[in-house]
Amino acid sequence: MALRSLSGVLAMVLAIGTLSGAGARAADLSLLNVSYDPTRELYKDVNQAFAAQWKAKSGQTVEIKTSHGGSGAQARAVMDGLQADVVTLGLAWDIDVLTQRHLLAADWEGRLPNHSVPYTSTVVFLVRHGNPKHLAGWTDLVRDGVEVITPNPKTSSGGRWSYLAAYTWALHQPGASEASAESYLGKLYKHVPVLDTGARGATNTFVQRGEGDVLLAWEDEALLAAHDVGDGQFDVVYPASSIKAEPPVAWVDSVTDKKRTGAVAQAYLRFLFNHQGQELAAKHHYRPIDPAVFAEHKADFPAIKVYDVASLGGWPAVQAKHFADGGVFDSIYSAGK
Amino acid sequence: MTLASPAPPRPGPLATSFEPVPGRPRHVPPAGPGKGHGPTVIPGYRLSLGITIAWVSLLVLLPLAALAARPWEHGAGWLWHSLTQERALAALRLSFGTAFLAASLCTVAGLLLAWTIARVRPAGWRLLDAIIDLPFALPTAVAGITLATLYGRHGWVGAPLAGAGIKVAYTQAGIMIALVFVGLPFVVRSTLPVLNDLPHELEEAAQTLGARPGQIALRVLLPAILPALVTGFGLAFARGVGEYGSVIFIAGNRPLVSEIAPLLIVIRLQQFDYAGAAAIGLVMLLGAALILVALSLVRALLPAMAGARQPL
Repeated sequence: MALRSLSGVLAMVLAIGTLSGAGARAADLSLLNVSYDPTRELYKDVNQAFAAQWKAKSGQTVEIKTSHGGSGAQARAVMDGLQADVVTLGLAWDIDVLTQRHLLAADWEGRLPNHSVPYTSTVVFLVRHGNPKHLAGWTDLVRDGVEVITPNPKTSSGGRWSYLAAYTWALHQPGASEASAESYLGKLYKHVPVLDTGARGATNTFVQRGEGDVLLAWEDEALLAAHDVGDGQFDVVYPASSIKAEPPVAWVDSVTDKKRTGAVAQAYLRFLFNHQGQELAAKHHYRPIDPAVFAEHKADFPAIKVYDVASLGGWPAVQAKHFADGGVFDSIYSAGK
Repeated sequence: MTLASPAPPRPGPLATSFEPVPGRPRHVPPAGPGKGHGPTVIPGYRLSLGITIAWVSLLVLLPLAALAARPWEHGAGWLWHSLTQERALAALRLSFGTAFLAASLCTVAGLLLAWTIARVRPAGWRLLDAIIDLPFALPTAVAGITLATLYGRHGWVGAPLAGAGIKVAYTQAGIMIALVFVGLPFVVRSTLPVLNDLPHELEEAAQTLGARPGQIALRVLLPAILPALVTGFGLAFARGVGEYGSVIFIAGNRPLVSEIAPLLIVIRLQQFDYAGAAAIGLVMLLGAALILVALSLVRALLPAMAGARQPL
């Protein structure tokens, strides 16, 4: 118990260190949004737009701080006592874990539209400009001499989506079985020279250090790298199939009850689902769920066949089978050596 | 570390007291009051000692006790299983193994550097003396990112090495480089004061008695600096075992291959496996404690060992 509260304090200190948008000006209300790695740019815009809207509507000044990190690490910080009014994490399992500690309602998914997923994404290949190794699909990644960069699926939500994108593709090949799909994963991870703990770390390894031939990345992260960071140095390749990545959002009842920020926290999350929020998501390369907004930005998001986690039995089943201690991911490394 | 005390007045030529005589105690404690009883010169000594000990217990002993208590919550059998997983064993082996090798490298290189600063004094030795401490001050993450960039396949060092077919970053060699980087100052800082205090006359005396340079180094100088060298080795080793910040950027972090024990602790924490994380932490704590005890034993035995050898 002593250790738990101690690590809670540590987590808070660490999170405060990474807070962005903190200011000394007095605010009527303050919100803390604990988010995952690649959403920095998105929430910078969202926070500004929402604060302006809230001010116009209620006359209150709301100050929104955002903390970023690996999705699992962020969930742990909240579990250890980080006072997050809202969590916007990389996958539903990381929020489910919080309900096990009774920090928020178990039925959180049903409280917002589209089971609390305001935007979706998928996993794509980011390759060096001109695609020198001609990597067009999942089979190309396990060719001799190809190096794949992807974060550790045990710690990174992006890593987990990438793993599942590869797995669902392999599972839907003619004559495939769970065993053949697991054997494909085994081959794939033999081509991974560096396992970073978060998606941003993996992007840096690929983009800044020039390691590897292909980065398995969130579509938004890949488009960001291709268009905004390394202009013209990278190409995005869409494989034959991928995973439907659904990063969910929720307000944390135990915190909003205490801070009396329930109304503003809910309005903040609902803002993500309205037209302005959906436009901002599209601007930052997240696929909006609003069909009208998506249609407007159709050109930015190539059509791609995606499977979802429900087709694998949902997060609890996937987590237990693949990512728990002694699960499929561990056996890849134990068997391979 | 008593050898690292400020320089005493240098004894005159042919100071017989510095000859390594068998059985002679190396350090004579100062005579007079303050030998465990009687008043000291520090005002309010008892009160301030009480406060300090209470404070240090809160800061150091309490977290260590919490760490030691944590992993048992699922029983001893679970703890054993958690620690004997292939992945946990590989990580512990890697951390202790690379730390040992790196500390050994640091000991050789650090002694050479300390000797250069103390005795050779080339132009710019003061600058060298100052630069040695930089790894102490630099945030380890900065060191790690810098090393990963330098030794990466497009880095200044990594590119020529990659041309020769040698890969350093994201391998165990990369871990070694990071650990040598953070460990080197420990060896230099613990041996340098001793070398500075060793009178030249000692070597001159040995020379007049007909010792060859190799004999002087091995029989006269080495026994004198060995305790300090052992201390430096131990500090570099202990630091290397627990080092996280500089290593994760250059290690590659692949399970069973390049995943260090501190990283596995972080990974287990992120899987919400608190007891499993604390289990590895406990093993590392015990390992480090064992190393430090072993080294102080070695230091205690050293004078006897030096005495067993007939000096010259």
